Amino acid sequence: MSDRLAVRKTYKLFIGGAFPRSESGRSYVVTDAKGRFVANASHASRKDARDAVTAARKAFGGWSGRTAYNRGQILYRVAEVLEGRAAQFVDELRQTGVTKPQAVAQVDAAIDRWVWYAGWADKLAAVAGSANPVSGPFFNFSTPEPTGVVAVVAPDSPLLGLVSVVAPAIVSGNTAVVVASEPAPLPAVTLAEVLATSDLPGGVVNILTGRRAELAPWLASHMDVNALDLAGVGADAVAALEEAAAGNLKRVVRPGDIDWADEPGTARMTAFLETKTVWHPVGV
Amino acid sequence: MISAAELRAFLHRLPGVDEVGAGERAARLATRSIKTSAKAEAIDLAISMVDLTTLEGADTPGKVRALCAKAARPDPLDAGVPRVAAVCVYPDRVDVAVEALKGTGIGVASVATAFPSGRAPLEAKLVDTRAAVEAGASEIDMVIDRGAFLSGDLLKVYEEIVAVKDACGDAHLKVILETGELVTLDNVRRASWLAMRAGADFIKTSTGKVSPAATLPVTLVMLEAVRDFRAETGRQVGVKPAGGIRTTKDAIKYLVLVNETAGPDWLTPEWFRLGASSLLNDLLMQRRKLTTGVYSGPDYFSQD
Repeated sequence: MSDRLAVRKTYKLFIGGAFPRSESGRSYVVTDAKGRFVANASHASRKDARDAVTAARKAFGGWSGRTAYNRGQILYRVAEVLEGRAAQFVDELRQTGVTKPQAVAQVDAAIDRWVWYAGWADKLAAVAGSANPVSGPFFNFSTPEPTGVVAVVAPDSPLLGLVSVVAPAIVSGNTAVVVASEPAPLPAVTLAEVLATSDLPGGVVNILTGRRAELAPWLASHMDVNALDLAGVGADAVAALEEAAAGNLKRVVRPGDIDWADEPGTARMTAFLETKTVWHPVGV
Repeated sequence: MISAAELRAFLHRLPGVDEVGAGERAARLATRSIKTSAKAEAIDLAISMVDLTTLEGADTPGKVRALCAKAARPDPLDAGVPRVAAVCVYPDRVDVAVEALKGTGIGVASVATAFPSGRAPLEAKLVDTRAAVEAGASEIDMVIDRGAFLSGDLLKVYEEIVAVKDACGDAHLKVILETGELVTLDNVRRASWLAMRAGADFIKTSTGKVSPAATLPVTLVMLEAVRDFRAETGRQVGVKPAGGIRTTKDAIKYLVLVNETAGPDWLTPEWFRLGASSLLNDLLMQRRKLTTGVYSGPDYFSQD
């Protein structure tokens, strides 16, 4: 019998590439499917949300300014590091009450999903953009541009759902502030550790754990947030959040009845794009 | 006139500064929590103390005019926001600022005396100063000769300040110590007393061109100096930290420091200024958060 002391992980927030505790000093208890204690997670406050938005805004210029090809490379690197951590994700998913084969399948699906989105980085402009025929001596084309800072309320599917909302937000050059699943936030914090060690610039993804009902309204009304993904919000809270989001005309994705294992399609990527159209004279 | 020996003896009799103690005291005061209505008051006070500054080689008349418009009406959507205390520019842009600020009551401060290095003959510094005053500057920010100070030629520093003060006429004289180059807090205390005895109306931490610029411990030492100077001579001298103050939180820390060190007599734009350029936008952003209840963003405020 070893009398070694247990070295337990402190699950913290992920803001601007660093892992701070909540500014409020609060935490909440995360339990497994049977109600047993698993860990304390940080209980983020509105000021943590504000700091996360500031970090995301700061990272936006650099991330959106990279070539699409380079963003794809970095996201693929994230998938590589995810793969190396697969066993840890499987353990954390099993605590939420799924069997080992189910957990393995979910982790594999999440990694594949990330790779799938990484591949879209340099193809999105070709699919979502266009060369427009116009009646005049102009070469006219439309290109998609990232909208800015996207606030994401992640769904309760702790890894596959999370990956399915984070990757499409950032692949086009947006930066994200993510509120992790409230009952199962631990895979999100582990994902943050993956992101922190895989060439993704600090601040591109910021992850908060805590109460959705407390954080979502501040993000929805924040004037420096450009879009809102409400994937993990209950139907009763949507109207108020959409109303708050109207203050600066945020792009809003409403929650739907989504099976995260299904083919995702491009909708979540194109929801956070702006279109820039350029008229270029020809034949002069 | 004072002799070199007297000046040296006086400055070296000043008690030494406990660097660790000053840092600890400043850090302790910085933990004060200022919230809700007190925060709203502090933000307005801080806005009214800002010396809105542009000191770039690329300053155009248009940029100075834009800055002046912002000084007079910091938030175009809210007339309740107080005006800033002054606009701070280079001497050859004073005329533009004076013209743009006519009738607003906002002062025009000009740096002078071969800012920021101060490495020029005295005659050139005096010409620089007179030109700024003639163009209409109501405040002159001069730099001390740090080279002379550090090599022990205290009288040269003293006499330069006296000469510039004389050239200022009615304009207020702010003396920049450039504390980032003075190395120790003992030197900051000595330079503060030297400047005050030479006739400074304000002592200012830094040019903003040298890092570190204003810090809380340095400002603490300078505030103690003006407090002690008034107790000894009856003359009140102002303090202006400048450079590196970017957030509302920082500004409020300075206000707490003023209140707890020099006292509430200094908590007015007449006796305390914040030299800054990007700070104003953060103050406006925080102010709008308090009035509207939602977080604001940098997109809603002008950048220059």
